Amino acid sequence: MGAGEEAIGDRRLTKVVSVRDVWKSYGEVEVVRGVSFDVEEGTTAVIFGPSGAGKSTLLRCVNMLHPPDRGTVFLRDIDLMKAGGKINYYRSKFGMVFQHFNLFSHMTVLDNVMIGPRVVKKIPQDQAKAIALKALEKVRMKDWCNNYPSQLSGGQKQRAGIARALAMDPDVILFDEPTSALDPELIGEVLQTMLDLAKEKKTMICVTHEMGFAKAVASEMIFMDEGVVVETGSPEHFFANPTNERTKRFLSRLTELYGRHEGERRTAADRE
Amino acid sequence: MAILRVYGGSVGGLFVSAYERVMRSIPPLVLIFLFYFGIRTTVLEIPGFFAVMLALGLCSSGYQSQIFRGALESVGSGQMDAARSMGMSRLQAIRLIIVPQALRFALPSWANELATMIKDTSLAFVVGVAELMRRTDYVRAATFDPVVPFVVVAGIYFVIVFPITRIAGTWGQEKKRLVTGA
Repeated sequence: MGAGEEAIGDRRLTKVVSVRDVWKSYGEVEVVRGVSFDVEEGTTAVIFGPSGAGKSTLLRCVNMLHPPDRGTVFLRDIDLMKAGGKINYYRSKFGMVFQHFNLFSHMTVLDNVMIGPRVVKKIPQDQAKAIALKALEKVRMKDWCNNYPSQLSGGQKQRAGIARALAMDPDVILFDEPTSALDPELIGEVLQTMLDLAKEKKTMICVTHEMGFAKAVASEMIFMDEGVVVETGSPEHFFANPTNERTKRFLSRLTELYGRHEGERRTAADRE
Repeated sequence: MAILRVYGGSVGGLFVSAYERVMRSIPPLVLIFLFYFGIRTTVLEIPGFFAVMLALGLCSSGYQSQIFRGALESVGSGQMDAARSMGMSRLQAIRLIIVPQALRFALPSWANELATMIKDTSLAFVVGVAELMRRTDYVRAATFDPVVPFVVVAGIYFVIVFPITRIAGTWGQEKKRLVTGA
């Protein structure tokens, strides 16, 4: 189950990622408790919810960075829990962008972006360099390619992190709170880069609280709390009439915090 | 050894941890005696110089393993996550991402340990291996001068060890640059 195509209207959508009843615990704590969802080709799914809801853990289960205890994840029609020795190869089909960037601090920006194509895909040096430069150009970081991560601002680091993910030409990009560690004035440049990717029909799964971003690009929003999916739906659904009491409360808290954003202001208006 | 301790699972970790504990609990002088007199007469006839080298090496390896373990652990788990997320195997990630950064972290402490070990070689004196200290004592016996030869030998140790500690300091700066990065 989970994989394959399904006709919706006259469009045929392909599921790129299908998460099926994923459970994950660390020690005694059950962090993710039976989560399922699908992501269609060329769409963006936004996962949001309070901290400790299991969002980041879920994301790490999706690319088997931390394989789930139960359940599985399909990449197209491949059951990743049964991938065995090929899991590293399949994992390379997922790009990942981290809250704390996780750039390799002993390498220049260019080497950070090149190392994936070089080492994992075994692409020759000069071709890998061309790929890396193209990715860096896309995130407007080409001028910084010979700098070390420690010489960059948070926004620049994150854009380099996005370039590093893009250089692998992944089927899906996973974003783990990409703007949460950034100063407010640096968030915009990263969100703009992500918006560009969404417009190019990259398939993305974003854990984020940027509701303006979600409203602009998400085709599916997933609200998580205490390890389970509480509510899913389109942004219109969430901002107009979320059905679940917990969802309502969480969204109104976000609005209190970030009410100055246009998206949230409308949310507040919608609720009244 | 440190890689085994951090990434070797529970068995590997336990083994290295026990080794570190033993080696760090025994005074270098006892190890030197054990190898020089014990091993050489019972197990294997090795030159006295090698016996001493082996003893000091084992002793120091306990500390060095600790240094590198600390360094490996100070490379955040995010680096491993990032490397694995782009499809690298665990070994590739350790070799290309974790170890190069850990070495930079470890170098200052490692250089200090090297300096300590060089100075500890003077302990070989007591078992009669003709190292720097023993030779100096020959000079003292020949010249009946108890001051100048030892001042000279102190100077020699200083000349050997000082650059090492200086390099350690420079590497310490490099480390700071890395830590503030990421």
